[in-house]
Amino acid sequence: MTKVFGGGTDVVRALDGVSLGIQENEFFTLLGPSGCGKTTLLRLIAGFEQPSGGEILLDGASLTHLPPFRRPVNTVFQSYALFPHMTVIDNIAFGLEMRGLSKTETADHVAEMLDLVKLSDLGKRKPGQLSGGQQQRVALARALANHPRVLLLDEPLSALDLKLRKEMQIELKRIHRDTGITFIFVTHDQGEALTMSDRIAVMNAGHVLQVGSPTEIYEHPTSHFVADFIGETNFLEGEVVARDGASAKVRLSSGVERQASAPKDAAAAGRVSLAIRPERVTLSQSRQTGALNGRVETMVYFGTDTNYHLRLEDGRAFMVRLQNHEGAQAPFATGDEVAVEIADHALQVLRD
Amino acid sequence: MTAEAIKTPEGPPSSITERTVAGRQARTRGLLLAPAMLVIGVFGILPLFIALTYSFLEGGTYGGVEWVFSTEAYVQLLFERDIFEETLTFNTAYLEIFWRSFLLAAFSTLACLLIGFPAAYFMATRPAKSRDFWVFLITIPFWTNLLIRTFSIQLILRDEGVINIVLTELGLLAQPLQLIYTDFAVGLGLIYSFLPFMVLPIYAALERLDFRLVEAGFDLYATRAQVLRRIVVPLAKPGIVAGSILVFIPGLGAWITPELLGGGKELMIGNMIALQFGSSRNWPFGSAAALVLMAMVLVALVIYVRNVGKSGADHG
Ligand SMILES: Nc1ncnc2c1ncn2[C@@H]1O[C@H](COP(=O)(O)OP(=O)(O)O)[C@@H](O)[C@H]1O
Ligand SMILES: [Mg+2]
Repeated sequence: MTKVFGGGTDVVRALDGVSLGIQENEFFTLLGPSGCGKTTLLRLIAGFEQPSGGEILLDGASLTHLPPFRRPVNTVFQSYALFPHMTVIDNIAFGLEMRGLSKTETADHVAEMLDLVKLSDLGKRKPGQLSGGQQQRVALARALANHPRVLLLDEPLSALDLKLRKEMQIELKRIHRDTGITFIFVTHDQGEALTMSDRIAVMNAGHVLQVGSPTEIYEHPTSHFVADFIGETNFLEGEVVARDGASAKVRLSSGVERQASAPKDAAAAGRVSLAIRPERVTLSQSRQTGALNGRVETMVYFGTDTNYHLRLEDGRAFMVRLQNHEGAQAPFATGDEVAVEIADHALQVLRD
Repeated sequence: MTAEAIKTPEGPPSSITERTVAGRQARTRGLLLAPAMLVIGVFGILPLFIALTYSFLEGGTYGGVEWVFSTEAYVQLLFERDIFEETLTFNTAYLEIFWRSFLLAAFSTLACLLIGFPAAYFMATRPAKSRDFWVFLITIPFWTNLLIRTFSIQLILRDEGVINIVLTELGLLAQPLQLIYTDFAVGLGLIYSFLPFMVLPIYAALERLDFRLVEAGFDLYATRAQVLRRIVVPLAKPGIVAGSILVFIPGLGAWITPELLGGGKELMIGNMIALQFGSSRNWPFGSAAALVLMAMVLVALVIYVRNVGKSGADHG
């Protein structure tokens, strides 16, 4: 699917050849930096925008040219967009009334929804009299009341403070489980995406770069952008010496050879970029020939872990995260000469 | 620093400082309010008081008033006094003028609303950059004096006016249509004069409207008409109320428009009052009529705001 805004010289390709398949009942997340086209994609699915090219199918039937009010899809808006002149109950009842449900049916559904989002006491209030978290729940209830096939959530938690956000993440997962509705969830917060999703699509500049489960995305990023955007990553250079399906033997600049995971469409030979997570390596005292040698420049203590920021012999920065097994007793100190030990399959070959 | 360290040096003097600060604030507030109070007093309350006094006096033969208490002016609004037999007969002539004025003002308010709302909606949904241009277009009529604009309507509507000439030339009319000096002409003039006062407040309300609410409405299965009725109109209500008041009140007391387009045949209250201070030389009656008009406006306002303004005013 493609979406182009504007015309003439002032063209924005908000989405450029995006293609996604989302399973029924899935918690599917669109993850990417601000401006990458996540909202645009949701608005296309909801029907607020028309695609410049491409199609949207639901169970094989095209939604592409249906107006928003004919799509079995509901949205939880980024800023909630609750109707300020209506009570919580009227807000939740709105969609049901519009679909022509009877008064008693509507009242039943509303009560059920208030119960689901735990707001039964606040039904008579106006949105202006609710906290951010409560407004969020009303927005959720209002969209879910219609039992849509797909629920679209545009950064629903971004306006909440950290504690409330954590609570709502758990709430959302519970509601997803209880209702069995397909969720398409938008966020720019990689932690949120990893903890909540069944699958994640990482987007950048109007493209989908990788789709996969949280572990696939985290452990086997296929591109430089994905590796960098999600979690912390060290980048190395290497050379592919042998290739076998999803794995490749690579030689690092120090001369060591290791088995690495490789995406199918990565280079089968020659120089490649490699990514490795800081927690996938270990350190040992003193330099070793043929290893990645470096010096500890700074240490950052996190309670559970300590991050060691190294300067390698070739001048690159490299970070290692070690769990503090020994409590306050740090095994290395600033200025120490160390060798980085990399196990097989800890390295990931990148496409770019 | 300890608590004592803060308290000791500032203990007793602080209350004095507070008092002088409060006193200075009160004085500043008084000074700032003074000009407004003066204007309201001299140009608002004083004339009202004079009108109230005059309405209870006897009229002088050549205008002005005699300082004799009388309720004659109010009696005259409803009754006709036979000079020779000293009897009162009920007379609806003035009531009719009041009623016609009310109808004309109400009708033009409604018409302004029906024309003005879509216009304001159109303006508010333009891209932010071009909205100022549309507001500018709406204000263009204000550049020309109302009198001159009303004269031009006269030129369009009269028997030898543009409409009649064109229709006659086309052979659609044998005789010119009587357009000018009718209620229609007065209504048209009022709508034309006051339309911007309806458009601008509604535009201001709609411009502040979060159009994601409209999208939320569509998302929740509302059709365009339902979104308009359930979301846009309720949220634009403060603007609708303000616009209606701004059109209705000047409409009710309009003078130039009925004078020029009603041709003195279709009197409105404004003309009747002006007449009393002019050729009829009945100042007490003019004052009484003006006060009754004001009372009507007040009552209408209270009823209107109570009923329509309620749901619009309690959010946001
Ligand atoms: N209505 C619009 N007109 C022009 N450009 C737009 C419009 N909506 C979005 N864009 C552009 O499309 C790109 C993607 O925007 P968006 O989908 O909102 O990103 P995200 O939600 O990922 O932050 C941005 O560059 C944005 O400026
Ligand atoms: Mg967005």
